[in-house]
Order: sequence, then structure tokens, then C-alpha cells
Amino acid sequence: MKKYILDLKVTENVRLHANYVLIKLTQQNPLPEMQAGQFAEIRVDGSSTTFLRRPISINYVDRSTNEVWFLVQLVGDGTRKLSTVRAGETVNVVLPLGNGFTIPDNPSDRVLLVGGGVGTAPMLMLGHTLREKGFNPVFLLGARSASDLLQLDLFRSIGEVYMTTEDGSLGEKGYVTQHSLLQMRRFDHIFTCGPKPMMMAVAKYAHSVGTDCEVSLENTMACGVGACLCCVENTHEGHVCVCKEGPVFNIKKLLWQI
Amino acid sequence: MADLSVNIGQLKLANPVMTASGTFGYGLEFQDFVNLEKIGGIIVKGTTLHAREGNPYPRMAETPMGMLNAVGLQNKGVDYFVNHIYPKIKDIRTNMIVNVSGSQIEDYVQTAGIINELDRIPAIELNISCPNVKQGGMAFGVSPQGAAEVVNAVRKVYDKTLIVKLSPNVTNIAEIALAVEAAGADSVSLINTLLGMAINAEKRKPVLSTITGGMSGAAVKPIALRMVWQVARAVKIPVIGLGGIMNWRDAVEFLLAGASAIQIGTANFIDPSVTVKVADGIEDYLHRHGFSSVKEIVGALEV
Repeated sequence: MKKYILDLKVTENVRLHANYVLIKLTQQNPLPEMQAGQFAEIRVDGSSTTFLRRPISINYVDRSTNEVWFLVQLVGDGTRKLSTVRAGETVNVVLPLGNGFTIPDNPSDRVLLVGGGVGTAPMLMLGHTLREKGFNPVFLLGARSASDLLQLDLFRSIGEVYMTTEDGSLGEKGYVTQHSLLQMRRFDHIFTCGPKPMMMAVAKYAHSVGTDCEVSLENTMACGVGACLCCVENTHEGHVCVCKEGPVFNIKKLLWQI
Repeated sequence: MADLSVNIGQLKLANPVMTASGTFGYGLEFQDFVNLEKIGGIIVKGTTLHAREGNPYPRMAETPMGMLNAVGLQNKGVDYFVNHIYPKIKDIRTNMIVNVSGSQIEDYVQTAGIINELDRIPAIELNISCPNVKQGGMAFGVSPQGAAEVVNAVRKVYDKTLIVKLSPNVTNIAEIALAVEAAGADSVSLINTLLGMAINAEKRKPVLSTITGGMSGAAVKPIALRMVWQVARAVKIPVIGLGGIMNWRDAVEFLLAGASAIQIGTANFIDPSVTVKVADGIEDYLHRHGFSSVKEIVGALEV
């Protein structure tokens, strides 16, 4: 897919939570084609401690309004500065980068999308894509506490939603891999994005029940296009760039001890 | 229209802008963003005799106005380059230059000899300055004798333009440049990355898997500029300046300090189209100041 450097205009910046903002961007021309699981490298202007772009996954592309959404977690100076952009301002993005999730051939209701924390972001776009192709996606979303579970109405409008929170304030108490759903139902495909320990636990579960599983990695990266070789993950084919060969990998390719 | 062309050994560059090894892949990674043929020269990823997996992750740390890397020359080896990459890049109409690395002299010699046979590779850049590999390039690049030894040996098997990339992690870089010139180099490029380190205080651990790494980016520019100035006054061969160049103004500063051409490295990560903007900016600068050729500003610093 062709990649672009674009100056996009902020249409909306909504604070969803103390630590998260949802930034919607647009341009005059139709936005490029983008796939669920792909990401953008966003330039952060006006932060003296932020040198590199910030890789942020695509949350959703609204074709009706020609907007691309980014769910940004405020982690350090760069994302904090990015979170202050206002409607009408311009944000420079490079996109679409990397490879998205693999959409299975036959529509079914046996696809499970597991998101943890800000890792729920690409699951919204993936859920929409699956829905459009005739799937009935099932979401399993995990977070520390109820207020950390974002965009729930949107998830509920696309498919069944199950939740876990570590403090038990919403859904079942515990981690996503402890949810009773996994004891009751079997799936043909599992897609997951979130903290690495969570993804490893999901991969371990998928491996144990023989379910196909794709994970989206977020190794620290610089260039985003496979040039600097900083974001490598060890695979059966050696070190490969997460930004170019990923960020989505089938767990069969990885050397995770699961 | 000012004349932007420059010569480095037998190389003719349409403009003085090149890309630094390890920051621009094989050029192909950037073809969606820039017309590669508008770049004076593209120096591709460091290539070694045998495949190297590089260092373990994590390999990168962001620093104020810069970054550290510890990639460790990950590449698939010169044979893979010849058979799988060269066919894809040989028809790009600019100077495609291979950065050659090694951990012993014989490796450099063999790799250079193999690349000497490739018609469309008019030059190599000998990397005697990588800080990220054990007993690696930098060991040669930190003493005049070591540097001269590698260059002498490679010069015997390589008859096209030979550029030698120098390490800034030395006491007197001009001394190394003179040794390399005497050993037959056509040009020197500098600076490679500065040895640095990052620590995660909360975890009480180093950020990089290798503990130390090579620092690059805007923060290193004043050091690079000083070294280019020192070297350009010492040697007669053309100097290629790099280190923290983010825009055309930085590039012009290097030319004024004595560089005949410049390389853009880390800035490619922040603006993948920066190379052509720098070339355009240099041309605009020459026009505004009434110069007819970029050669007129090389070393034109008034002191």
C-alpha cells in the first residue's frame, strides 16, 4: 500500500478519560486506504523533549465524514503534547504503515477480538471491518478499572462485548484470559492487542486450544518504514522489523515461550 | 539556476545531498515519499561479508533532540545483497553506494572485492567506525595505524571511489583523516555516531540491550560541525559532512565548514521527504546569495 506524508486537520479532540484523548483528523481529499491494525507515525510539534514521531494505531476510519481516528494514551511528554491539539490545527502524519490483521475467508461468529488498555484502539476498526464482511465479532476488553474501558457504546454497536477489570468495577474481575467466556466458547480466530504480558497470555490460551491467533506488537521504533532496524522482534526468520513486517504477527511466527 | 553538482573522487553527484547508511534502508523504503533520483547519492545499509542478526532488542532510546541506537549491523551479508537487493536498486538513476563493514581486515577486503564487480555501484563507504559491534569497525577507526591498515588493504582490491567513514570517538579526528588519506582514500565522511548511554532510573537498568549505543540526531550537530571543520582544513581529499543535519540551513553550515557534500541520517525518520527539501533549500540559498555553484560555498566560512 502506498504511504503518504499528510498534513491533516484536527476536527475534534475529545478527552475520554484523564489519560486518553480521541483525536479525529481529516483533509480535503479522500483519505488513503487504511487497514485495521495498521498505524501512523505522528509528528509532535512544540515539545522540546520529543524528537521522534509517535507510532499510534489507527482506531477507526469514518468514510462518511472522511475522518481518521487516533486513540492516544498520555504516556510521556510527546503524547501529552499531542493531546493538546485543538480543532482546526494541523497534525503531520505518515500513514498507513505496517500490515493489518488478516481477515478470515469465511464469515462467522467465531472471531474473538481481545483488547487491553489502549490496545482496544485497533479492535474498533477491526470489528467494523469484520462486521462489514459479514462476521459477528465478539469483543473481550480488559482494563484496570471501569473508567479505563473506552468507546464501549461503539463496541456494543458492532458486536457482543465482554469485559474484565482488575478491580472488578465492570465486567468480571481479573484478567481477560480469566474470563468465563473462554471456558464456554471456542473461536476459530483470535486477534489481540494490548500490553505484552496480556498478549502472551492470550497467545498461550490460543495455542493451548489450537486457535489461530494474531497479535499486534508495539516495540519501540524510530523510522516506522523498515529502515532503521530498531524495532525488531525475534522470529523464526530472525530479527524482523515490527514496523514493516508487523505490527501484526501470527503467533506461529514468533519465538514466544507459550 | 545554480549548479548543485559536486565531485567526490570519480563520483559525480547531481547535488551534494546524500543519505547516511542505516537511515534510508536501500532507498526503496522511501520511494513513496521522495523521487530517489533527486538525491545526489544513496548510501545503503551497512553490509558485511556474512549475515549478521545484530544486537538483541531493545536497540533504540530517544534522547533530548536525538536518539541512541544499538542495531549492530544487522544485514543478510554481501552475497544476499548481490543476488537479491542489487537487482532491485541497480536501475535507480542516482549514485547507489554501499557501506561496507567488517570485524577483520580480510572481511573488508573480500566484501569490497565482491562489490567492486557490481557495475552500478560506483563507490563504497568503508565503515571503520561502528560503535555497536564487538571487535568491530570502531577498533580500526580509533587509531591512525588501524585506519590506514584497513584502507591500504581495501584500496588494493577496490578501484572505484573509496569513501572512509570516520569515528568521532577519538581524541584527534584530523590525525585519523590524514592517515586514511595517505592510505589511498578518495574521501572521508564524518561523523559516525557518538558513543552514548541511556538509563531507566525507575528500573535501575540500561535502556539498550548493549548498555551503550551510538548517538545521532540534532543534538550532535555542533560536534559534527567542529570535526568537519578540523578535518577539512587538514586533508586535501573531499570531506562529506554528516551529524544532526535536520534541514537545508544545517546542510549549508556543513558546506561552509568545508564539506563538499553532506549526508542526512536520523532526520529521515522525522521527515521521510527531508532529502529533497534540503537540496531545494541549498539551491535557494545559493540563488539568494548570488552564487552560481555550490562549490563556491565549500569551506567559505569567514573567520
